Amino acid sequence: MPLIRNGAFAEDTYVTVADDAALPANGTIVSLARLKAERETLLARNAALGVRLKSAESPEELGDDVHRLSVIVLEFPVFRDGRAFSWARMLRTRLGFTGEIRAAGHFLYDQIAFMARTGFDAWEVPEGFTLEQFQRALGEISYIYQPSADGRPTIRQLRARG
Amino acid sequence: MYRYDEFDAAFVRERVAQFRYQVERRLSGELTEDEFKPLRLMNGLYLQLHAYMLRIAVPYGTLSARQLRMLAHIARKYDKGYGHFTTRQNIQFNWIKLVDVPDVLSDLADVEMHCLQTSGNCIRNVTADHFAGAAADEIEDPRTLAEIVRQWSTLHPEFTYLPRKFKIAVGGSVHDRTALKFHDVGIEIVKNDTGETGYRVLAGGGMGRTPYVGHVVGDFVAREDILAFLEAVMRVYNQSGRRDNIYKARIKILVNALGPEEMRKQVMREFEEIKRAGTLDLPEAERKRIAAYFAPPDFEALPVLCEEFEAARLRDGAFRDWARSNLALHRQSGYAIATISLKPIGGVPGDASDAQLDGLADLMDEFGLTEVRVSHEQNLVLPHVRKKDLPAIFARLAALGLATPNAGLVTDIIACPGLDYCDLANARAIPIAQRISERFADLDRQHEIGELKIKISGCINACGHHHAGHIGILGVDKKGVEFYQLQLGGSGAEDASIGDILGPAFAVSEIVDKVEEVIGVYLERREGHERFLDTVRRIGIAPFKERVYAAH
Amino acid sequence: MATPVPQVLTANRLRDGDVVYWRDGAWVEAFADAQIFEAKADADATLLRAAADVKARRVVNPYLFPVRREGGLVRAVEEREIVRSEGPSVRRDLGKQAPTRNATRFDLPARGRWP
Repeated sequence: MPLIRNGAFAEDTYVTVADDAALPANGTIVSLARLKAERETLLARNAALGVRLKSAESPEELGDDVHRLSVIVLEFPVFRDGRAFSWARMLRTRLGFTGEIRAAGHFLYDQIAFMARTGFDAWEVPEGFTLEQFQRALGEISYIYQPSADGRPTIRQLRARG
Repeated sequence: MYRYDEFDAAFVRERVAQFRYQVERRLSGELTEDEFKPLRLMNGLYLQLHAYMLRIAVPYGTLSARQLRMLAHIARKYDKGYGHFTTRQNIQFNWIKLVDVPDVLSDLADVEMHCLQTSGNCIRNVTADHFAGAAADEIEDPRTLAEIVRQWSTLHPEFTYLPRKFKIAVGGSVHDRTALKFHDVGIEIVKNDTGETGYRVLAGGGMGRTPYVGHVVGDFVAREDILAFLEAVMRVYNQSGRRDNIYKARIKILVNALGPEEMRKQVMREFEEIKRAGTLDLPEAERKRIAAYFAPPDFEALPVLCEEFEAARLRDGAFRDWARSNLALHRQSGYAIATISLKPIGGVPGDASDAQLDGLADLMDEFGLTEVRVSHEQNLVLPHVRKKDLPAIFARLAALGLATPNAGLVTDIIACPGLDYCDLANARAIPIAQRISERFADLDRQHEIGELKIKISGCINACGHHHAGHIGILGVDKKGVEFYQLQLGGSGAEDASIGDILGPAFAVSEIVDKVEEVIGVYLERREGHERFLDTVRRIGIAPFKERVYAAH
Repeated sequence: MATPVPQVLTANRLRDGDVVYWRDGAWVEAFADAQIFEAKADADATLLRAAADVKARRVVNPYLFPVRREGGLVRAVEEREIVRSEGPSVRRDLGKQAPTRNATRFDLPARGRWP
């Protein structure tokens, strides 16, 4: 699937592998189950490592290993399942994760602005989705009432500036 | 009341443009109905039995005359000349066209109104005491906090795709007029031993299939911490609420599954983290800034006893009747809180025509009344009326058909739209309300009965709040025929309780008779000045069961 | 084999939400004009055809519902469909049942449907 990262189409330098598939040489994304099962092997490799979390899987389950990962993929099994917004926020704030947080699965154009606010910076998008649409989606909410992981100034802060 | 500044206004305008674009994408086919549905729900647009229904947010039930006029205009221009006030203090229109909605939203934005988050799995309209700022028993006007919570919860990026809808109510009095113990989160303004004001936060209340009274999760949350605390509650819910079954997805299920103690623990954990980060502190200066919007009007110094009022009561029987039931004690001497009943005998509960909305707006302007409130009991309230103006106001209300003297009495019935309008309903609710209203029309009889809150829902979703009715009626579908189940002893006040089901449901032809029989038992068995609810609690439901199920 | 129950195909018009019924490849507003499917196979096949109208953004949520014959009249079996075909029982001046199909003044007395 096409990948948008940091506001532009990018090549996916990772391969997402199934639990029983062979590990590729370079950047690899595995499931949480596989990460837990093959932790030593995976962390010992000299290759970028990422994990793909299901919506029911909290990033807290990664423990301190979260800082050994360079990408975390948060799944939306269906757009209605909004747990990933909390997981992204948790990764950026409580866990201080500075790597890539990637959205995958079924989500709406109209959710992209919320995702950016909660800490996502990469999106697996459908074929045909344009950068123009993406930029428009990001810009849908010019003013915000509440703080989130993005640190954007809120309306209250803008008011205070006068 | 709150007035938009440039930021609020720009925010709402942008939402109008955003929805216009969403409608374009739907009509062009870029969005399927499945993809569009959550978006239209975020702007309160349902597809009901006859047409689209649009639910307009009325934050904490407060409206100005200008806003009333716009609602009248919308009723005329885009709908069929009337609107319906709901049990969450909102107003809804039943005959809206999808293609008109962006224009409706634009018109609403002109008067600082919108439809945001009146549906969908997000934080809904924050409700508050409809007597706010006026009630004699008020500790503090709850609308300050309600407005602060409204802003914080609007397009919250983390909490817009919750497991299910989320309803917050704020109470500021000893007497609860918001049913806050039946809300997902209920916030009570309280004072601690040292006289400091803070918030008691309850979570996990709810109606519906499985009603629950909320549990206290925060005994005394300091003022500056309230947003951090609420964010903590929402975070626990968003992360852990069930997503596998929509009937088990509300926070009430989570609270009862974890138990209140574990729920508190998880909330406190999140709260402490948010507190440390400091980003959600509510500074006192900000709270005071918002509170200033809800400062009471400049009251005149008036005597307690008002001659014009007393003379009118003596002279005019109709006015006396209305004053007897529809006035509540105001904190300010010489003033009263007036309830405008939207329950005319035999009428549709909670409906108001465009002429009535316009007439009320004119009345407000003429008498210098800057606010009207929507109560969750589907009536309207004029919160600050000089007693000396009451006779003239009554006459104007009477001419508008808005002076039914039945506030809190048996004919002041709450009913959901039911099968006459709603896609989710199993049975009709409105005709039952109408027939009961007609049966008990006699005003002397109504006063003999006294306070009696009948609440009717047309399906298990309980939008009529039947679990909290002194008499609750639930319409059910038995093999395609409408039947009605009775429950007694519910209360939405500070003494919150869920009504007990009496037994098998009754046919349409019987239900009004059965309600009459239940009231008959009450009149026979009551002691002293007991209200219906008190008698039920004292004697239990057995005597009532016996009467309604007695073989004839 | 059980007697087949006649069915009608209904949907809501996308643009205005109005209730509509299938008749010979088009959507009509009056229940009285609706096509009646005696055979389940025909009904099911037509429901599939209706998907094209969903795709074409004419209607949403098409579905079949049972009807029965009473005397010379065809009526919906379920109360819900009777209400959809007529309008609110508590506002006989509104919806498809209204004489002029326009809203009239609000102060008409509301009348219930029961004795």
